[in-house]
Amino acid sequence: MTKESLCFRLPPGDREDVMIVQRRGAAIEIAGLRKEYVSGAGRVLALDDITLRVSPGEFLCIVGPSGCGKSTLLRILAGLDHQTGGSIAVDANGWRVENAMVFQDSGLFPWMSVEKNVGFGLMTRGVPAAEAAERIDAALRLVGLTAFRRHYPHQLSGGMRQRSAIARAFVTDPAMLLMDEPFAALDAQNRVILQAELVRIWGQTGKTVVYVTHSIEEALLLGDRCVVMTAQPGRIKQIIDVPFPHPRNLMALSATPEFGSLKLDIWRVLEDEVMRARAEAEA
Amino acid sequence: MNGLSAKTRERVLYLISPIGLIIVWQVLLMLGFGDRRFIPAPSDIAWRFWLLIESGELAWHTSVTLVRVFAGFVIGSIPAIAVGLLMAMFKPVRIVVDPLIASLFPIPKIALMPLLLLAFGFGDASKIALVAIAVFFPVIVNTYVGAANIEKIYWDVARNYGASQTVMFTRIVFFGALPTIFAGLRIALAVSFIVLVAAEFVATKSGIGYLIWNSWELLQVDIMFVGIVTIGILGLITSALFQEIERKVIPWKAE
Repeated sequence: MTKESLCFRLPPGDREDVMIVQRRGAAIEIAGLRKEYVSGAGRVLALDDITLRVSPGEFLCIVGPSGCGKSTLLRILAGLDHQTGGSIAVDANGWRVENAMVFQDSGLFPWMSVEKNVGFGLMTRGVPAAEAAERIDAALRLVGLTAFRRHYPHQLSGGMRQRSAIARAFVTDPAMLLMDEPFAALDAQNRVILQAELVRIWGQTGKTVVYVTHSIEEALLLGDRCVVMTAQPGRIKQIIDVPFPHPRNLMALSATPEFGSLKLDIWRVLEDEVMRARAEAEA
Repeated sequence: MNGLSAKTRERVLYLISPIGLIIVWQVLLMLGFGDRRFIPAPSDIAWRFWLLIESGELAWHTSVTLVRVFAGFVIGSIPAIAVGLLMAMFKPVRIVVDPLIASLFPIPKIALMPLLLLAFGFGDASKIALVAIAVFFPVIVNTYVGAANIEKIYWDVARNYGASQTVMFTRIVFFGALPTIFAGLRIALAVSFIVLVAAEFVATKSGIGYLIWNSWELLQVDIMFVGIVTIGILGLITSALFQEIERKVIPWKAE
């Protein structure tokens, strides 16, 4: 637990004596959520009857086949989309910024340097320059990109871009982090390293994380709980408590028999879903 | 040419056709093909060019033309960029402005010259206004297209990270559209020379266009060529300058 990570929220004077563990992220209460699209052919039900409670500081993974509406759910949580029915209540627990999203494709602005990108959420919220600079410094150190702060995104590798995007989310100090397959486009080595980084940072900051992925393995490695969704319409099929305690050694954990058998259980649930969705699509 | 790099060789080859043309032109006239009073040889044009430079006449006309182009360019492109961005951001603006562009863009701008003479008189104002109008259309269309095609994820990121309309306008839409805006500005630069020289044919006593038209009336064909060549050179220089500015302003554009 480094002092560095504290910079995100605490005023300078309090850094020494406040335990990070006391900080708890947002609580989310989703009830009977429904999302319908009107497309050319007619109405498409993307999400149906999603009822879910996320505790403050929880790392929740949502896993499901493509087209199960998991990204839509995340976009609704991020305020980028609106539900057709049901309700979402987010209690930010007094945090100034409710949420920050990390997109699958980093979404860094090509016309801004790394530090401008990272500081974007501070600029929009009118954070004073001195404070912003300090927070950007800390965030860049956190993801190991201090040396690249003046680079433009096209000069970075995919992994570095995604790290910048994570720094941009963390720098705003949100009560919850919404992550939409943030590492899906990375190579396997970079993914493992960034996953470990993310879990470490999450552990230090107490934020609530909602993490969408299509990878069962990733969901089990990272999450406290794992929501398995069905395809079209997206419904919650099962919620699994991931029994592995934190802090986790991700590589070692993925080699244990318990991990393997849990992964297999979830796969069986998902396999049924994928097959059913296929059969329906062909019918 | 074995000692030269491929790039140098390419550059040399690049110059062969224009230089060859000039040589053929010169030789044919020296052999007595054509009347040199009506078709001056390159050497006659070069000599006249030198005389006009020496007398300061060419510099005067060039500076007048450049000032008009520059003023019209700035006055026309700034509102075009602003309105183009607003069109991309707000549908009502688009609905109002779109039919205006569609109907006004195809009008040959030089056809407006008499109207502008009525409105602004015979001075520089009417020429500057014409350039501004001619510049406006390619710039607004390019700005709108550039801003409308900004990838959706940038809008999402900006909204999710708390961007206000002002931030959206000045930090996202403007910069996102900038490469396309520059393409529009470069077209506009060429267009502004085209309309201005035509406009300077009438109702003025200065500018490269006047120089060309006046020499036609006096049948000084070599001066006509000097005027034409000068415009070509101005186009070359301003376009190169523009590329330099573009490289400075858009450092993120991958080479």
